[in-house]
Amino acid sequence: MNIHEYQAKQIFAKYGVPTPRGIVANTPDQAAVNASELGGDIWVVKAQIHAGGRGLGGGVKLAKSIDEVRALAKEILGMNLVTHQTGPEGKLVQKVYIEEGADIKEEYYLGVVLDRAKEMPVIMASTEGGMEIEKVAEESPEKIIKVAVDPAIGFQGFHGRELAFGLGLAKEEQGKFIKFAAALYKVYMENDAEMIEINPLIKTGSGDFLALDGKMGFDDSALGRHPDIEDMRDISEEDPDEREASRFGLSYVSLDGEIGCMVNGAGLAMGTMDTINYMGGTPANFLDVGGSANAETVAKGFEIILKNPNVKAIFVNIFGGIVRCDRIANGILEATKLTDVHVPVIVRLDGTNAAEAAEILKNANIPNVIAATDLADGAAKAVAAAKGE
Amino acid sequence: MSILVNKDTKVIVQGLTGKEGSFHAEQCLAYGTKIVGGVTPNKGGQEHLGKPVFNTVKEAVDATSATVSMIFVPPAFVADAVMEAADAGIELAVVITEGAPVRDMQAAKAYAVKHGMKTIGPNCPGIITAEECKIGIMPGMIFKKGNVGLISKSGTLTYEGANQVCKEGFGITTAVGIGGDPIIGLSYKQLLPLFEADPETEAIVMIGEIGGDLEIQAAAFIKEHITKPVVAFIAGQTAPKGKRMGHAGAIVSGGAGTAKEKMEALEAAGVKVVVSPAEIGKAVAEVLGKK
Repeated sequence: MNIHEYQAKQIFAKYGVPTPRGIVANTPDQAAVNASELGGDIWVVKAQIHAGGRGLGGGVKLAKSIDEVRALAKEILGMNLVTHQTGPEGKLVQKVYIEEGADIKEEYYLGVVLDRAKEMPVIMASTEGGMEIEKVAEESPEKIIKVAVDPAIGFQGFHGRELAFGLGLAKEEQGKFIKFAAALYKVYMENDAEMIEINPLIKTGSGDFLALDGKMGFDDSALGRHPDIEDMRDISEEDPDEREASRFGLSYVSLDGEIGCMVNGAGLAMGTMDTINYMGGTPANFLDVGGSANAETVAKGFEIILKNPNVKAIFVNIFGGIVRCDRIANGILEATKLTDVHVPVIVRLDGTNAAEAAEILKNANIPNVIAATDLADGAAKAVAAAKGE
Repeated sequence: MSILVNKDTKVIVQGLTGKEGSFHAEQCLAYGTKIVGGVTPNKGGQEHLGKPVFNTVKEAVDATSATVSMIFVPPAFVADAVMEAADAGIELAVVITEGAPVRDMQAAKAYAVKHGMKTIGPNCPGIITAEECKIGIMPGMIFKKGNVGLISKSGTLTYEGANQVCKEGFGITTAVGIGGDPIIGLSYKQLLPLFEADPETEAIVMIGEIGGDLEIQAAAFIKEHITKPVVAFIAGQTAPKGKRMGHAGAIVSGGAGTAKEKMEALEAAGVKVVVSPAEIGKAVAEVLGKK
């Protein structure tokens, strides 16, 4: 789960990670009120969406008067912000964050992610603040300092010094920076974060370090013990179909192809997409119906797949293990009664009670349902059906 | 022969009396697995599925000499269960549960390693030595005894792969589902040498997926140390970047962990890489010579 910048900064503040002061607003008038409350003579109006690259897309603007804050908030609220991370369809801006202007002397990058190879959190810092870190990693990897922290010992002074020296900070700057990094590590660990990114982290004219931006993602498996973070969920930022699917225990990701896929197990679901692609077709989605597929989940799966107007055929690929295939065959029959399945459905059921399942489907004799003997056969038939052959 | 578990392996089940634990333990018993007891706090002294239940893993190990634990506890208690098993001297913990927090597994795995306990999973189908011992949730009947070892991050692709291998007239020595989480116990790199050393295993199938770099580590290891033929499939060639594909660990983040880079690394290590999982059986037949 991801949260907005203003929410990340609320968490930062709790842990003593310094940020500029700011207040979130839903309307231009509220934005103006926030600006006067913050005081000063320069403010930043920032679109709040779950995507990076907001500045380049026109979602972050500088204001030099309260009236300008109001005008810019009016311009940004309700805009469809397109950045390199939103895709061409963009994202609707529903909130703006009004923040006091900051005196930027230097820009850095600071982030924390899980290093899967080391099986520890790794703190990443770079002098290339404001740039996309993936790009820095590709073009000049030597400019990224990585320090893995073993949670068994926690963040130590040497971790901090390695980062500070790596960034070339002067002696008098190191203390403040190390304190900043230590607090950020604590934010990461105590909230079961999956990633934190501050880009840029700035050094002000007076030598203070401030998180000018803040991005956080969390381990979905740990949200149960963080109700305060779960409360920060903004469902308008999530794909409605993916959300609907997850309510029924299905895992769904929409893609841009023509063949809908319904599969049990994440690996086989990806493998099915790959096989369709290999045979010259294009998958319309990833859909894992889980280990306990039944009539209801299968029906829900059909419903979600068919919402996508590009779908020309559906490939149901189930390897029944503990789940018996005859039960899934009955589920498919039920589903075709519950939902109007108007495209060809290719069904491959293998594993436990596969023969009985084939018999059930054969006897039901549904015009749209085509039986397949194995994965390759099913994928080939689905590709042909999508092409109208 | 086989790796890690066989017909004599004594197994306890942490979470034996729960719904999932109970259902699958019964299936394992039916397969012939030597389950010798279970652990459920405050149910010690009872009997379940005809096996004694203990309050702690320590008591269970003392009473039964079990060396392996199959873990079915709810996600929030997985780390506790793994560490309890390690502390009690269990040699191998097989963690079936899906959805354990990453931070918990990080700590639990570090503790397990320190105590010399091997871990399989979490979020995995378990381990099966064909026709001898099933510790997990896989359908036992598709694993016919044979000469192919199998390692997979995915449950249903394990079944798909094993089924194809058997349909080609071969069979399985041991199949290990290592799980699809960001932090897992035993990985390809630790399991490959066990198959290399197992005299009955003549070929190895490894099934990976997008995310992380375990398959890249495996490729480097294979190049240096594995002489037996290896067939590999990497799921997720068509998965979009930055999207989590069902498994918590199946995500291409920051452009790293793609199927393409893994397939190229494995190919460079001399592995026979197939583009579709439908080709696994045929590829095994090719490397072993049709029987």
